[in-house]
Amino acid sequence: MAGEKPSSGTGFAMTPPGGSPGGARPVSGDEAPNGRGSGQEGEQEQESNEPEALGDGDLVDLEVERAASDVDEVLDRLDKELVGLAPIKTRIREIASLLLIDRLRRRYELGSSRPSLHMCFTGSPGTGKTTVALRMAELLHKLGYLRRNTLVSVTRDDLVGQYIGHTAPKTREVLKRSMGGVLFIDEAYYLYRVENERDYGQETIEMLLQVMENDREDLVVILAGYKDRMDTFFQSNPGMSSRIAHHLDFPDYTAEELMEIGRMMLLEQDYVLSPEAEQALYDYLKRRMAQPRFSNARSVRNALERARLRQADRLVSSGTKQLGKGDLMRIEAEDIRRSRVFDDDSPAEIPESEDDQKVADGDEKAEHEPAGELAGEKATEARSTDEQVGGQGDGKAPEEAADSPEGQARSA
Amino acid sequence: MHVTQGTFSYLPELSDEEIKAQIQYAIDNGWAIAIEFTDDPHPRNTYWEMWGLPMFEISDAAGALHEVNRCREAFPNNYVRVSAYDARLHRQTTALAFLVNRPAEEPGFRVERQEKADRQIRYTLHPYAADKPHGERYAKN
Repeated sequence: MAGEKPSSGTGFAMTPPGGSPGGARPVSGDEAPNGRGSGQEGEQEQESNEPEALGDGDLVDLEVERAASDVDEVLDRLDKELVGLAPIKTRIREIASLLLIDRLRRRYELGSSRPSLHMCFTGSPGTGKTTVALRMAELLHKLGYLRRNTLVSVTRDDLVGQYIGHTAPKTREVLKRSMGGVLFIDEAYYLYRVENERDYGQETIEMLLQVMENDREDLVVILAGYKDRMDTFFQSNPGMSSRIAHHLDFPDYTAEELMEIGRMMLLEQDYVLSPEAEQALYDYLKRRMAQPRFSNARSVRNALERARLRQADRLVSSGTKQLGKGDLMRIEAEDIRRSRVFDDDSPAEIPESEDDQKVADGDEKAEHEPAGELAGEKATEARSTDEQVGGQGDGKAPEEAADSPEGQARSA
Repeated sequence: MHVTQGTFSYLPELSDEEIKAQIQYAIDNGWAIAIEFTDDPHPRNTYWEMWGLPMFEISDAAGALHEVNRCREAFPNNYVRVSAYDARLHRQTTALAFLVNRPAEEPGFRVERQEKADRQIRYTLHPYAADKPHGERYAKN
């Protein structure tokens, strides 16, 4: 940034006493290199024809306007990189169109109040809520709705304090950081604890409400969480619900969409599935989807992580001395079919013994899981002897299995 | 008497928009914004009180301006300044500081002469406001 000092050599643009918009010089000096006016001010500085008010009879070329904002590029990328999610994409397209039209309306000096774009994303685990939120920041920035392409992602811990008087500064700190961009609150329902009337979360909610109402031009708040819990959350906080204009529900993926996602994930890591493995993965997904605690794309990711482990193990233990590039890249059917999901006698219900709480912790678990599995497979043998010693027999088995990785099934 | 301190001190008061633009300039340079206030207008008073912690992590000036306004609201009759600290190695100093609030009435300073040996005179400045105890210097806070 240092190179983009405004023309006055000192670095501090001496603003003319009149206090005209010229006082914004340092800002626009920064924006220019981005190539995109992120605010009206920036546009005025760069393209002198842009803000020209149009007469009643004038016509604008929609195509030119579209091209001027890189919206299409962002939307296309959204289409390409995110599988499925049709209703979400439709809504995002609508928002993009509205903002574009609003820009045109402004040029005719027609009233265009700033739309409220606070959003709530609900859906099962692993349906892409966070990914879409990230895209939202970029999209709204490109459309000139937000000044900055920043997304601050927080959870209850970042907002709610430990003792009286701790919450407000903490929340304010987060709000300050996210100003100008998107504030993404994951697992937002945790902010409100039904069981505790005096929970400090309430304070955070009140501050959020106030900011969502008063600082609409500085901040877009996106809440995310599982559908049922968010519904409960909104029931207890009707004010929150009504201040959010867009309630988007992320649908579960179909097996075909999950396959597509799986292929994209592998492609990113330079792996390929052999044709048989494709079929195996499809079968795996079909089975896995029927099991509890299935978390869509996240489960696919975990399954593929495990397949990679098995592939590595297969290669190492196969005894072959010579390996080609293809061998290292290819995942075979057996790498997938060795999953316990294919054991018909596998106690698929076991994960249910865990309570819902665990579902919410899915993210964390998902990360630990692959490693755990490796250890777990080894541990299985050791454990079988332990159990006999302990004499707990069947009673203990389910618990153990749940701890073990391949407990798997719970990619949560 | 109009106290002039810091950058822009001979310009008319900055508007909110202008303050925001300056803060944004500082943020874009990677400087940390801090807000300070005091009721001791002596030019050599370097120890102002801090309004919250310096803002190291913000990316947009709106948040900082919000804090400026909260500080002005809480201390309408104090001097409030925004300072930007450049933490880069070899600089590590305040890069920019300007007043964003001042008391409605500023009584100014008197010159005090102290007589030393051999009829020498030592001069010093004394703000009239400092005659009163801290907290009562400028009307009501």
